[in-house]
Amino acid sequence: MNRLAQGVVLILLGGAVVKASVTDMYLRYVREWMQYFLIAAGAVLIIAGIMTIIYDLRHGSHVDDHDHGDDKPHKEPRVGWLLIAPVLGLLLVAPPALGAFAAGQSGSAVLQASDLYPPLPEGDPADISVLDYATRGIFDKGESMKDTKGSYRTVRMTGFLSAGPNGEQVVTRMMLSCCAADARPIKVGMTGRIPEGLGNDQWVELVGKYTTKTSVDPVNNQTITYIDIAEWRKIDPPRNQYE
Amino acid sequence: MTVTERPHVHEPETPAKGKRIGSVEVLAVLLVLLVFFQKPIAAWINQYEQLRTWTTVFVSVMVQATPFLVFGVALSATIAVFVPRSFWAKALPKNPALAVPVASCAGVILPGCECGSVPIAGSLIRRGVTPAAALAFLLAAPAINPVVLAATAVAFQGQPEMVVARGAASLVVAMIMGWLWLRLGKTEWIKMPRRPELDGLSKGRAFWAACRHDIIHAGGFLVLGAMAASTINVIVPEKWLLTLASNELVAILALAFLAVLLSICSEADAFVAKSLSVFSPTAQLVFMVVGPMVDLKLISMQTGVFGRRFAFRFAPATFVIAVVIASITGLVLLS
Repeated sequence: MNRLAQGVVLILLGGAVVKASVTDMYLRYVREWMQYFLIAAGAVLIIAGIMTIIYDLRHGSHVDDHDHGDDKPHKEPRVGWLLIAPVLGLLLVAPPALGAFAAGQSGSAVLQASDLYPPLPEGDPADISVLDYATRGIFDKGESMKDTKGSYRTVRMTGFLSAGPNGEQVVTRMMLSCCAADARPIKVGMTGRIPEGLGNDQWVELVGKYTTKTSVDPVNNQTITYIDIAEWRKIDPPRNQYE
Repeated sequence: MTVTERPHVHEPETPAKGKRIGSVEVLAVLLVLLVFFQKPIAAWINQYEQLRTWTTVFVSVMVQATPFLVFGVALSATIAVFVPRSFWAKALPKNPALAVPVASCAGVILPGCECGSVPIAGSLIRRGVTPAAALAFLLAAPAINPVVLAATAVAFQGQPEMVVARGAASLVVAMIMGWLWLRLGKTEWIKMPRRPELDGLSKGRAFWAACRHDIIHAGGFLVLGAMAASTINVIVPEKWLLTLASNELVAILALAFLAVLLSICSEADAFVAKSLSVFSPTAQLVFMVVGPMVDLKLISMQTGVFGRRFAFRFAPATFVIAVVIASITGLVLLS
Protein backbone atom coordinates (compact mmCIF):
# COMPACT_ATOMS: atom_id res chain seq x y z
CA MET A 1 0.00 0.00 0.00
CA ASN A 2 1.69 3.22 -1.05
CA ARG A 3 1.49 6.42 0.92
CA LEU A 4 -1.24 7.97 -1.17
CA ALA A 5 -3.46 4.94 -0.50
CA GLN A 6 -2.52 5.05 3.18
CA GLY A 7 -3.66 8.67 3.27
CA VAL A 8 -6.98 7.71 1.69
CA VAL A 9 -7.47 4.86 4.21
CA LEU A 10 -6.76 7.22 7.13
CA ILE A 11 -9.33 9.72 5.84
CA LEU A 12 -11.89 6.95 5.31
CA LEU A 13 -11.36 5.55 8.80
CA GLY A 14 -11.51 9.00 10.40
CA GLY A 15 -14.59 9.89 8.34
CA ALA A 16 -16.35 6.66 9.33
CA VAL A 17 -15.62 7.24 13.02
CA VAL A 18 -16.79 10.87 12.86
CA LYS A 19 -19.93 9.90 10.95
CA ALA A 20 -20.81 7.24 13.51
CA SER A 21 -20.23 9.58 16.44
CA VAL A 22 -22.17 12.64 15.22
CA THR A 23 -25.19 10.42 14.57
CA ASP A 24 -26.51 8.07 17.25
CA MET A 25 -24.88 5.12 15.54
CA TYR A 26 -21.93 4.97 17.95
CA LEU A 27 -24.36 4.10 20.75
CA ARG A 28 -24.69 0.63 19.24
CA TYR A 29 -21.02 -0.04 19.94
CA VAL A 30 -19.71 2.03 22.85
CA ARG A 31 -20.80 4.11 25.84
CA GLU A 32 -22.26 7.56 25.42
CA TRP A 33 -19.34 9.37 27.10
CA MET A 34 -17.01 8.26 24.30
CA GLN A 35 -18.67 10.64 21.79
CA TYR A 36 -16.32 13.64 21.94
CA PHE A 37 -13.34 11.39 22.33
CA LEU A 38 -14.35 9.61 19.11
CA ILE A 39 -14.91 12.85 17.20
CA ALA A 40 -11.46 14.09 18.26
CA ALA A 41 -9.79 10.82 17.25
CA GLY A 42 -11.62 10.84 13.91
CA ALA A 43 -10.52 14.43 13.29
CA VAL A 44 -6.87 13.53 13.98
CA LEU A 45 -7.14 10.59 11.55
CA ILE A 46 -8.58 12.84 8.84
CA ILE A 47 -5.87 15.46 9.36
CA ALA A 48 -3.17 12.77 9.31
CA GLY A 49 -4.60 11.49 6.03
CA ILE A 50 -4.75 14.94 4.46
CA MET A 51 -1.20 15.78 5.58
CA THR A 52 0.03 12.46 4.17
CA ILE A 53 -1.52 13.20 0.79
CA ILE A 54 -0.28 16.81 0.74
CA TYR A 55 3.31 15.81 1.58
CA ASP A 56 3.20 12.93 -0.86
CA LEU A 57 2.02 15.10 -3.74
CA ARG A 58 4.32 18.00 -2.89
CA HIS A 59 7.52 16.10 -2.22
CA GLY A 60 7.11 12.97 -4.26
CA SER A 61 7.44 9.53 -2.82
CA HIS A 62 11.13 9.07 -2.21
CA VAL A 63 12.52 12.29 -0.82
CA ASP A 64 12.25 11.46 2.85
CA ASP A 65 12.88 7.75 2.68
CA HIS A 66 15.96 5.66 2.66
CA ASP A 67 16.71 4.12 -0.65
CA HIS A 68 19.17 1.33 -0.41
CA GLY A 69 19.90 1.51 -4.06
CA ASP A 70 19.18 -2.16 -4.46
CA ASP A 71 16.53 -1.49 -7.05
CA LYS A 72 14.28 -4.17 -5.60
CA PRO A 73 10.60 -3.41 -5.52
CA HIS A 74 9.94 -2.62 -1.88
CA LYS A 75 7.32 -4.52 0.01
CA GLU A 76 4.51 -2.37 1.23
CA PRO A 77 2.98 -2.66 4.70
CA ARG A 78 0.23 -4.98 3.51
CA VAL A 79 -1.35 -5.17 6.93
CA GLY A 80 -2.60 -1.62 6.38
CA TRP A 81 -5.22 -2.98 3.99
CA LEU A 82 -6.99 -4.51 6.97
CA LEU A 83 -7.92 -1.03 8.18
CA ILE A 84 -10.51 -1.01 5.42
CA ALA A 85 -12.45 -3.66 7.39
CA PRO A 86 -13.68 -1.35 10.18
CA VAL A 87 -14.48 1.32 7.56
CA LEU A 88 -16.68 -1.14 5.68
CA GLY A 89 -18.18 -2.35 8.95
CA LEU A 90 -19.18 1.17 9.91
CA LEU A 91 -20.17 2.65 6.56
CA LEU A 92 -21.60 -0.29 4.64
CA VAL A 93 -22.81 -2.91 7.11
CA ALA A 94 -23.52 -0.76 10.20
CA PRO A 95 -24.36 -3.81 12.32
CA PRO A 96 -27.17 -3.50 14.89
CA ALA A 97 -26.69 -3.37 18.65
CA LEU A 98 -26.24 -6.72 20.38
CA GLY A 99 -29.42 -8.70 20.85
CA ALA A 100 -30.83 -12.04 21.87
CA PHE A 101 -28.01 -14.15 20.47
CA ALA A 102 -25.35 -12.36 22.51
CA ALA A 103 -27.61 -12.38 25.58
CA GLY A 104 -27.79 -16.17 25.39
CA GLN A 105 -24.02 -16.51 25.07
CA SER A 106 -23.03 -14.88 28.35
CA GLY A 107 -24.25 -15.15 31.90
CA SER A 108 -26.36 -12.50 33.60
CA ALA A 109 -24.51 -9.45 34.84
CA VAL A 110 -23.63 -9.55 38.52
CA LEU A 111 -25.45 -6.59 40.00
CA GLN A 112 -24.27 -4.34 42.81
CA ALA A 113 -26.21 -4.09 46.02
CA SER A 114 -26.73 -0.57 47.30
CA ASP A 115 -27.46 0.67 50.82
CA LEU A 116 -30.44 2.75 49.88
CA TYR A 117 -33.16 2.28 47.30
CA PRO A 118 -34.91 5.58 46.71
CA PRO A 119 -38.67 5.50 46.12
CA LEU A 120 -39.78 4.81 42.56
CA PRO A 121 -40.45 7.88 40.41
CA GLU A 122 -43.88 9.47 40.45
CA GLY A 123 -46.50 8.25 38.03
CA ASP A 124 -48.66 5.24 37.52
CA PRO A 125 -47.13 3.17 36.09
CA ALA A 126 -43.67 4.25 37.31
CA ASP A 127 -40.90 3.99 34.70
CA ILE A 128 -38.00 1.80 35.74
CA SER A 129 -34.96 0.40 33.96
CA VAL A 130 -34.44 -3.35 33.72
CA LEU A 131 -31.19 -2.89 35.66
CA ASP A 132 -32.90 -0.98 38.50
CA TYR A 133 -35.77 -3.47 38.60
CA ALA A 134 -33.47 -6.50 38.79
CA THR A 135 -31.30 -4.84 41.45
CA ARG A 136 -34.30 -3.99 43.66
CA GLY A 137 -35.71 -7.44 43.08
CA ILE A 138 -32.57 -9.34 44.02
CA PHE A 139 -31.19 -7.28 46.90
CA ASP A 140 -34.26 -5.53 48.27
CA LYS A 141 -36.84 -8.28 47.61
CA GLY A 142 -39.01 -5.62 46.00
CA GLU A 143 -39.55 -3.71 49.29
CA SER A 144 -38.71 -0.33 47.76
CA MET A 145 -41.25 -0.95 45.00
CA LYS A 146 -44.18 -0.95 47.47
CA ASP A 147 -46.54 1.97 47.97
CA THR A 148 -47.45 3.43 51.37
CA LYS A 149 -50.12 0.76 51.91
CA GLY A 150 -47.58 -2.00 51.38
CA SER A 151 -48.74 -3.35 48.03
CA TYR A 152 -46.45 -3.46 44.97
CA ARG A 153 -46.68 -0.47 42.65
CA THR A 154 -47.24 -0.83 38.92
CA VAL A 155 -44.03 -0.33 36.93
CA ARG A 156 -43.21 0.04 33.24
CA MET A 157 -39.98 -1.15 31.56
CA THR A 158 -38.62 -1.73 28.08
CA GLY A 159 -36.32 -4.42 26.79
CA PHE A 160 -36.00 -7.03 24.07
CA LEU A 161 -37.08 -10.65 24.22
CA SER A 162 -34.49 -13.39 24.44
CA ALA A 163 -34.37 -17.04 25.39
CA GLY A 164 -34.21 -17.59 29.13
CA PRO A 165 -33.86 -20.69 31.32
CA ASN A 166 -36.15 -23.64 30.48
CA GLY A 167 -36.77 -22.24 27.01
CA GLU A 168 -39.24 -19.56 28.14
CA GLN A 169 -38.66 -15.99 26.96
CA VAL A 170 -37.25 -13.31 29.24
CA VAL A 171 -37.09 -9.55 28.81
CA THR A 172 -33.46 -8.42 28.49
CA ARG A 173 -31.26 -5.35 28.34
CA MET A 174 -27.52 -5.47 27.63
CA MET A 175 -25.18 -3.54 29.93
CA LEU A 176 -21.89 -2.12 28.61
CA SER A 177 -18.83 -1.09 30.58
CA CYS A 178 -16.66 -0.10 27.63
CA CYS A 179 -17.73 -1.69 24.35
CA ALA A 180 -19.90 -4.51 23.06
CA ALA A 181 -17.12 -7.05 23.69
CA ASP A 182 -17.77 -6.76 27.42
CA ALA A 183 -21.57 -6.56 27.23
CA ARG A 184 -23.49 -8.48 29.90
CA PRO A 185 -27.21 -9.21 29.78
CA ILE A 186 -29.66 -8.35 32.56
CA LYS A 187 -32.61 -10.71 32.34
CA VAL A 188 -36.04 -10.44 33.96
CA GLY A 189 -38.46 -13.36 33.76
CA MET A 190 -42.11 -12.90 32.85
CA THR A 191 -45.32 -14.28 34.36
CA GLY A 192 -48.97 -13.19 34.04
CA ARG A 193 -49.98 -11.89 30.61
CA ILE A 194 -46.80 -12.94 28.83
CA PRO A 195 -46.24 -11.45 25.34
CA GLU A 196 -47.19 -14.12 22.84
CA GLY A 197 -46.20 -14.86 19.30
CA LEU A 198 -43.18 -12.58 19.29
CA GLY A 199 -39.73 -13.66 18.16
CA ASN A 200 -36.50 -13.04 20.04
CA ASP A 201 -34.98 -9.56 19.54
CA GLN A 202 -38.44 -7.94 19.43
CA TRP A 203 -38.53 -4.84 21.67
CA VAL A 204 -41.46 -4.65 24.07
CA GLU A 205 -42.82 -2.33 26.73
CA LEU A 206 -44.12 -4.18 29.78
CA VAL A 207 -46.44 -2.89 32.48
CA GLY A 208 -46.77 -5.00 35.61
CA LYS A 209 -45.93 -5.58 39.24
CA TYR A 210 -43.14 -7.20 41.19
CA THR A 211 -43.54 -10.85 42.07
CA THR A 212 -41.42 -12.86 44.48
CA LYS A 213 -40.87 -15.63 41.93
CA THR A 214 -37.21 -16.14 40.95
CA SER A 215 -35.17 -18.56 38.90
CA VAL A 216 -31.52 -19.11 38.11
CA ASP A 217 -29.61 -18.22 34.95
CA PRO A 218 -28.14 -21.57 33.89
CA VAL A 219 -25.13 -19.87 32.32
CA ASN A 220 -23.62 -18.55 35.57
CA ASN A 221 -26.09 -19.37 38.38
CA GLN A 222 -27.18 -15.75 38.88
CA THR A 223 -30.66 -15.06 40.24
CA ILE A 224 -33.28 -13.91 37.75
CA THR A 225 -36.20 -11.85 39.08
CA TYR A 226 -39.70 -11.91 37.58
CA ILE A 227 -42.38 -9.40 36.69
CA ASP A 228 -46.10 -10.14 36.77
CA ILE A 229 -47.31 -8.56 33.52
CA ALA A 230 -50.66 -6.80 33.15
CA GLU A 231 -50.14 -5.23 29.72
CA TRP A 232 -47.54 -5.32 26.98
CA ARG A 233 -47.00 -3.78 23.56
CA LYS A 234 -44.47 -3.97 20.76
CA ILE A 235 -42.20 -0.94 20.42
CA ASP A 236 -39.30 0.21 18.24
CA PRO A 237 -35.79 -0.08 19.74
CA PRO A 238 -34.91 2.95 21.89
CA ARG A 239 -32.15 5.41 20.96
CA ASN A 240 -29.66 3.83 23.33
CA GLN A 241 -30.29 0.11 23.47
CA TYR A 242 -27.81 -0.51 26.29
CA GLU A 243 -28.08 0.30 29.96
CA MET B 1 21.16 1.28 19.95
CA THR B 2 21.58 -2.08 18.35
CA VAL B 3 17.97 -2.80 17.60
CA THR B 4 17.83 -3.84 13.98
CA GLU B 5 15.14 -2.61 11.70
CA ARG B 6 13.28 -4.98 9.51
CA PRO B 7 14.75 -4.29 6.11
CA HIS B 8 11.99 -5.46 3.86
CA VAL B 9 9.05 -3.29 4.81
CA HIS B 10 10.17 0.17 4.01
CA GLU B 11 8.59 2.63 1.95
CA PRO B 12 9.42 4.23 -1.26
CA GLU B 13 7.57 2.23 -3.77
CA THR B 14 5.92 3.86 -6.76
CA PRO B 15 7.81 2.09 -9.48
CA ALA B 16 7.59 3.85 -12.80
CA LYS B 17 4.02 4.83 -13.39
CA GLY B 18 1.93 2.73 -15.71
CA LYS B 19 3.97 -0.39 -15.13
CA ARG B 20 1.55 -1.90 -12.66
CA ILE B 21 -1.67 -1.11 -10.96
CA GLY B 22 -1.07 0.99 -7.85
CA SER B 23 -2.70 0.68 -4.43
CA VAL B 24 -4.85 3.74 -4.96
CA GLU B 25 -6.46 2.22 -8.05
CA VAL B 26 -7.07 -1.08 -6.26
CA LEU B 27 -8.58 0.80 -3.33
CA ALA B 28 -10.86 2.84 -5.59
CA VAL B 29 -12.14 -0.21 -7.49
CA LEU B 30 -12.69 -2.10 -4.25
CA LEU B 31 -14.71 0.73 -2.74
CA VAL B 32 -16.83 1.24 -5.85
CA LEU B 33 -17.62 -2.48 -5.96
CA LEU B 34 -18.52 -2.53 -2.28
CA VAL B 35 -20.76 0.51 -2.49
CA PHE B 36 -22.45 -1.10 -5.47
CA PHE B 37 -23.03 -4.40 -3.63
CA GLN B 38 -23.72 -2.85 -0.23
CA LYS B 39 -27.32 -4.00 0.10
CA PRO B 40 -26.83 -7.67 -0.75
CA ILE B 41 -23.74 -7.88 1.46
CA ALA B 42 -25.46 -6.23 4.43
CA ALA B 43 -28.57 -8.39 3.95
CA TRP B 44 -26.45 -11.54 3.79
CA ILE B 45 -24.65 -10.67 7.02
CA ASN B 46 -27.89 -9.82 8.81
CA GLN B 47 -29.35 -13.16 7.89
CA TYR B 48 -27.07 -15.13 10.20
CA GLU B 49 -27.20 -14.12 13.84
CA GLN B 50 -23.68 -15.38 14.54
CA LEU B 51 -22.23 -13.38 11.66
CA ARG B 52 -24.26 -10.33 12.66
CA THR B 53 -23.10 -10.55 16.27
CA TRP B 54 -19.51 -11.06 15.09
CA THR B 55 -19.72 -7.89 12.98
CA THR B 56 -21.19 -5.92 15.88
CA VAL B 57 -18.48 -7.06 18.30
CA PHE B 58 -15.71 -6.46 15.77
CA VAL B 59 -16.89 -2.95 14.85
CA SER B 60 -17.43 -2.23 18.54
CA VAL B 61 -13.90 -3.28 19.54
CA MET B 62 -12.46 -1.15 16.72
CA VAL B 63 -14.58 1.93 17.57
CA GLN B 64 -13.63 1.57 21.23
CA ALA B 65 -9.93 1.08 20.51
CA THR B 66 -9.52 3.80 17.86
CA PRO B 67 -9.34 6.80 20.23
CA PHE B 68 -6.82 4.96 22.43
CA LEU B 69 -4.77 3.96 19.38
CA VAL B 70 -4.79 7.50 17.99
CA PHE B 71 -3.94 8.97 21.39
CA GLY B 72 -1.10 6.46 21.88
CA VAL B 73 0.26 7.01 18.38
CA ALA B 74 0.17 10.80 18.76
CA LEU B 75 2.05 10.50 22.05
CA SER B 76 4.55 8.12 20.49
CA ALA B 77 5.07 10.50 17.55
CA THR B 78 5.61 13.33 20.03
CA ILE B 79 8.25 11.23 21.79
CA ALA B 80 9.89 10.49 18.45
CA VAL B 81 9.91 14.05 17.17
CA PHE B 82 9.79 16.56 20.01
CA VAL B 83 11.48 14.87 22.99
CA PRO B 84 15.27 14.89 22.54
CA ARG B 85 17.18 11.64 23.02
CA SER B 86 19.12 13.19 25.89
CA PHE B 87 15.89 13.55 27.92
CA TRP B 88 15.57 9.79 28.43
CA ALA B 89 19.18 9.47 29.52
CA LYS B 90 18.48 12.01 32.26
CA ALA B 91 14.99 10.82 33.20
CA LEU B 92 15.82 7.15 33.73
CA PRO B 93 18.53 5.72 35.98
CA LYS B 94 21.71 4.76 34.09
CA ASN B 95 21.67 1.27 35.54
CA PRO B 96 19.14 -0.73 33.46
CA ALA B 97 18.26 -2.88 36.48
CA LEU B 98 17.09 0.28 38.25
CA ALA B 99 15.44 1.73 35.15
CA VAL B 100 13.02 -1.23 35.08
CA PRO B 101 11.14 -0.43 38.33
CA VAL B 102 11.17 3.29 37.52
CA ALA B 103 9.61 2.62 34.10
CA SER B 104 7.06 0.22 35.62
CA CYS B 105 5.89 2.85 38.07
CA ALA B 106 5.79 5.42 35.26
CA GLY B 107 3.04 3.28 33.75
CA VAL B 108 0.73 4.72 36.40
CA ILE B 109 0.56 8.06 34.61
CA LEU B 110 -0.82 6.74 31.31
CA PRO B 111 -4.57 6.33 31.67
CA GLY B 112 -5.04 4.37 28.46
CA CYS B 113 -5.81 0.96 27.12
CA GLU B 114 -3.20 -1.49 25.95
CA CYS B 115 -3.66 -0.50 22.28
CA GLY B 116 -1.94 2.82 22.95
CA SER B 117 1.01 1.55 24.94
CA VAL B 118 2.46 -0.72 22.22
CA PRO B 119 3.43 2.10 19.81
CA ILE B 120 4.62 4.21 22.75
CA ALA B 121 6.98 1.45 23.95
CA GLY B 122 8.21 1.05 20.37
CA SER B 123 8.94 4.75 20.18
CA LEU B 124 10.81 4.66 23.50
CA ILE B 125 13.09 1.89 22.21
CA ARG B 126 13.79 3.81 18.99
CA ARG B 127 14.76 6.81 21.11
CA GLY B 128 17.39 4.84 22.98
CA VAL B 129 15.53 3.77 26.11
CA THR B 130 16.81 0.37 27.22
CA PRO B 131 14.35 -2.28 25.93
CA ALA B 132 13.99 -3.81 29.41
CA ALA B 133 12.60 -0.54 30.78
CA ALA B 134 10.39 0.11 27.75
CA LEU B 135 8.95 -3.42 27.99
CA ALA B 136 8.28 -3.05 31.72
CA PHE B 137 6.43 0.16 30.87
CA LEU B 138 4.52 -1.62 28.10
CA LEU B 139 3.23 -4.21 30.58
CA ALA B 140 2.59 -1.89 33.50
CA ALA B 141 0.84 1.04 31.78
CA PRO B 142 -2.46 -0.66 30.84
CA ALA B 143 -2.61 -2.69 34.06
CA ILE B 144 -2.03 -0.28 36.92
CA ASN B 145 -3.17 3.14 35.72
CA PRO B 146 -5.69 5.00 37.92
CA VAL B 147 -8.64 4.54 35.55
CA VAL B 148 -8.21 0.76 35.55
CA LEU B 149 -7.81 0.54 39.31
CA ALA B 150 -10.86 2.76 39.84
CA ALA B 151 -12.91 0.55 37.51
CA THR B 152 -11.74 -2.49 39.48
CA ALA B 153 -12.82 -0.84 42.74
CA VAL B 154 -16.28 -0.15 41.31
CA ALA B 155 -16.70 -3.68 39.98
CA PHE B 156 -15.49 -5.30 43.20
CA GLN B 157 -17.32 -3.08 45.66
CA GLY B 158 -16.55 -4.01 49.24
CA GLN B 159 -13.47 -5.96 48.22
CA PRO B 160 -10.67 -3.36 48.27
CA GLU B 161 -8.15 -6.19 48.65
CA MET B 162 -8.91 -7.08 45.01
CA VAL B 163 -7.69 -3.64 43.85
CA VAL B 164 -4.55 -3.94 45.96
CA ALA B 165 -3.92 -7.48 44.70
CA ARG B 166 -4.38 -6.43 41.08
CA GLY B 167 -2.06 -3.42 41.34
CA ALA B 168 0.64 -5.29 43.25
CA ALA B 169 0.61 -8.43 41.10
CA SER B 170 0.68 -6.44 37.83
CA LEU B 171 3.55 -4.25 39.01
CA VAL B 172 5.57 -7.28 40.10
CA VAL B 173 4.99 -9.08 36.79
CA ALA B 174 6.07 -5.99 34.80
CA MET B 175 9.30 -5.68 36.82
CA ILE B 176 10.11 -9.39 36.63
CA MET B 177 9.66 -9.34 32.86
CA GLY B 178 11.93 -6.29 32.62
CA TRP B 179 14.68 -7.97 34.65
CA LEU B 180 14.18 -11.25 32.81
CA TRP B 181 14.76 -9.38 29.56
CA LEU B 182 18.02 -7.95 30.97
CA ARG B 183 19.27 -11.48 31.76
CA LEU B 184 17.91 -13.50 28.86
CA GLY B 185 16.66 -11.08 26.21
CA LYS B 186 18.51 -10.59 22.95
CA THR B 187 18.17 -7.30 21.16
CA GLU B 188 18.28 -9.00 17.78
CA TRP B 189 14.86 -10.49 18.56
CA ILE B 190 13.41 -7.01 18.26
CA LYS B 191 13.00 -6.08 14.63
CA MET B 192 11.08 -2.93 14.18
CA PRO B 193 9.49 -2.07 10.87
CA ARG B 194 11.44 0.58 9.11
CA ARG B 195 10.02 3.97 9.74
CA PRO B 196 10.71 6.80 7.31
CA GLU B 197 13.85 8.62 8.42
CA LEU B 198 12.60 11.52 10.47
CA ASP B 199 15.81 13.35 11.26
CA GLY B 200 16.13 15.46 8.12
CA LEU B 201 12.53 16.58 8.08
CA SER B 202 10.73 19.59 9.46
CA LYS B 203 9.14 18.83 12.84
CA GLY B 204 5.58 18.98 11.51
CA ARG B 205 6.26 16.73 8.59
CA ALA B 206 8.15 14.25 10.77
CA PHE B 207 5.27 14.19 13.26
CA TRP B 208 2.64 13.37 10.66
CA ALA B 209 4.90 10.82 8.95
CA ALA B 210 5.37 9.00 12.27
CA CYS B 211 1.61 9.16 12.99
CA ARG B 212 0.67 7.76 9.61
CA HIS B 213 3.23 5.00 9.80
CA ASP B 214 2.23 3.86 13.29
CA ILE B 215 -1.52 4.01 12.71
CA ILE B 216 -1.25 1.95 9.54
CA HIS B 217 1.03 -0.61 11.19
CA ALA B 218 -0.28 -0.93 14.72
CA GLY B 219 -3.84 -0.32 13.48
CA GLY B 220 -3.62 -3.08 10.89
CA PHE B 221 -2.50 -5.56 13.52
CA LEU B 222 -5.18 -4.26 15.86
CA VAL B 223 -7.75 -5.22 13.21
CA LEU B 224 -6.31 -8.75 13.10
CA GLY B 225 -6.49 -9.06 16.88
CA ALA B 226 -10.02 -7.62 17.03
CA MET B 227 -11.17 -10.16 14.42
CA ALA B 228 -9.72 -13.04 16.43
CA ALA B 229 -11.25 -11.77 19.68
CA SER B 230 -14.70 -11.31 18.11
CA THR B 231 -14.57 -14.86 16.78
CA ILE B 232 -13.88 -16.22 20.26
CA ASN B 233 -16.59 -13.99 21.69
CA VAL B 234 -19.19 -15.40 19.31
CA ILE B 235 -18.28 -19.09 19.17
CA VAL B 236 -17.48 -19.84 22.82
CA PRO B 237 -20.58 -19.89 25.02
CA GLU B 238 -19.92 -19.24 28.70
CA LYS B 239 -21.76 -22.39 29.72
CA TRP B 240 -18.67 -24.39 28.78
CA LEU B 241 -16.70 -22.52 31.40
CA LEU B 242 -18.99 -23.44 34.26
CA THR B 243 -17.79 -27.03 34.23
CA LEU B 244 -14.23 -25.84 34.76
CA ALA B 245 -14.84 -23.75 37.87
CA SER B 246 -14.86 -26.48 40.49
CA ASN B 247 -11.18 -27.44 40.35
CA GLU B 248 -9.07 -24.46 41.44
CA LEU B 249 -6.06 -25.18 39.22
CA VAL B 250 -8.24 -25.80 36.16
CA ALA B 251 -10.26 -22.67 36.99
CA ILE B 252 -7.14 -20.49 37.11
CA LEU B 253 -5.85 -21.80 33.79
CA ALA B 254 -9.30 -21.51 32.19
CA LEU B 255 -9.68 -17.84 33.10
CA ALA B 256 -6.05 -17.11 32.14
CA PHE B 257 -6.66 -18.47 28.64
CA LEU B 258 -10.03 -16.76 28.46
CA ALA B 259 -8.34 -13.43 29.20
CA VAL B 260 -5.92 -14.02 26.33
CA LEU B 261 -8.68 -14.99 23.91
CA LEU B 262 -11.29 -12.37 24.76
CA SER B 263 -8.88 -9.38 24.54
CA ILE B 264 -11.13 -7.10 26.54
CA CYS B 265 -9.95 -3.55 27.16
CA SER B 266 -8.20 -3.30 30.54
CA GLU B 267 -10.64 -0.63 31.66
CA ALA B 268 -13.59 -2.99 31.31
CA ASP B 269 -12.18 -6.38 32.23
CA ALA B 270 -12.95 -6.03 35.95
CA PHE B 271 -16.69 -6.01 35.22
CA VAL B 272 -16.36 -9.15 33.13
CA ALA B 273 -14.21 -10.80 35.81
CA LYS B 274 -16.87 -9.99 38.40
CA SER B 275 -19.61 -11.57 36.29
CA LEU B 276 -17.58 -14.79 36.08
CA SER B 277 -18.96 -15.24 39.55
CA VAL B 278 -18.75 -19.02 39.79
CA PHE B 279 -14.96 -18.74 39.78
CA SER B 280 -12.80 -18.15 42.86
CA PRO B 281 -11.41 -14.65 43.59
CA THR B 282 -7.92 -15.91 42.75
CA ALA B 283 -9.04 -17.08 39.31
CA GLN B 284 -10.74 -13.71 38.77
CA LEU B 285 -7.51 -11.96 39.77
CA VAL B 286 -5.52 -14.06 37.29
CA PHE B 287 -8.01 -13.02 34.58
CA MET B 288 -7.39 -9.33 35.36
CA VAL B 289 -3.59 -9.60 35.61
CA VAL B 290 -3.13 -11.65 32.41
CA GLY B 291 -5.62 -9.73 30.23
CA PRO B 292 -3.90 -6.32 30.00
CA MET B 293 -0.48 -7.97 29.44
CA VAL B 294 -1.14 -10.86 27.04
CA ASP B 295 -4.09 -11.09 24.69
CA LEU B 296 -4.71 -11.74 21.01
CA LYS B 297 -4.97 -8.04 20.20
CA LEU B 298 -1.68 -7.30 21.99
CA ILE B 299 0.21 -10.30 20.56
CA SER B 300 -0.86 -9.19 17.10
CA MET B 301 0.21 -5.58 17.69
CA GLN B 302 3.51 -6.63 19.28
CA THR B 303 4.22 -8.79 16.23
CA GLY B 304 3.65 -5.73 14.07
CA VAL B 305 5.69 -3.29 16.12
CA PHE B 306 8.53 -5.47 17.49
CA GLY B 307 8.59 -8.40 15.06
CA ARG B 308 7.54 -12.02 15.19
CA ARG B 309 10.65 -13.41 16.87
CA PHE B 310 10.12 -11.05 19.75
CA ALA B 311 6.38 -11.51 20.20
CA PHE B 312 6.50 -15.32 20.07
CA ARG B 313 8.97 -15.38 22.98
CA PHE B 314 7.77 -12.41 25.00
CA ALA B 315 4.04 -13.21 25.09
CA PRO B 316 4.30 -16.83 26.37
CA ALA B 317 6.90 -15.83 28.97
CA THR B 318 4.69 -12.98 30.19
CA PHE B 319 1.72 -15.36 30.31
CA VAL B 320 3.52 -17.87 32.56
CA ILE B 321 4.93 -15.22 34.89
CA ALA B 322 1.57 -13.43 35.13
CA VAL B 323 -0.34 -16.63 35.97
CA VAL B 324 2.21 -17.66 38.63
CA ILE B 325 2.49 -14.24 40.29
CA ALA B 326 -1.26 -13.59 40.25
CA SER B 327 -1.95 -17.03 41.76
CA ILE B 328 0.56 -16.45 44.56
CA THR B 329 -0.85 -12.96 45.21
CA GLY B 330 -4.34 -14.44 45.31
CA LEU B 331 -3.28 -17.10 47.81
CA VAL B 332 -1.71 -14.49 50.07
CA LEU B 333 -4.23 -11.64 49.82
CA LEU B 334 -7.56 -13.17 48.82
CA SER B 335 -7.98 -16.35 50.82
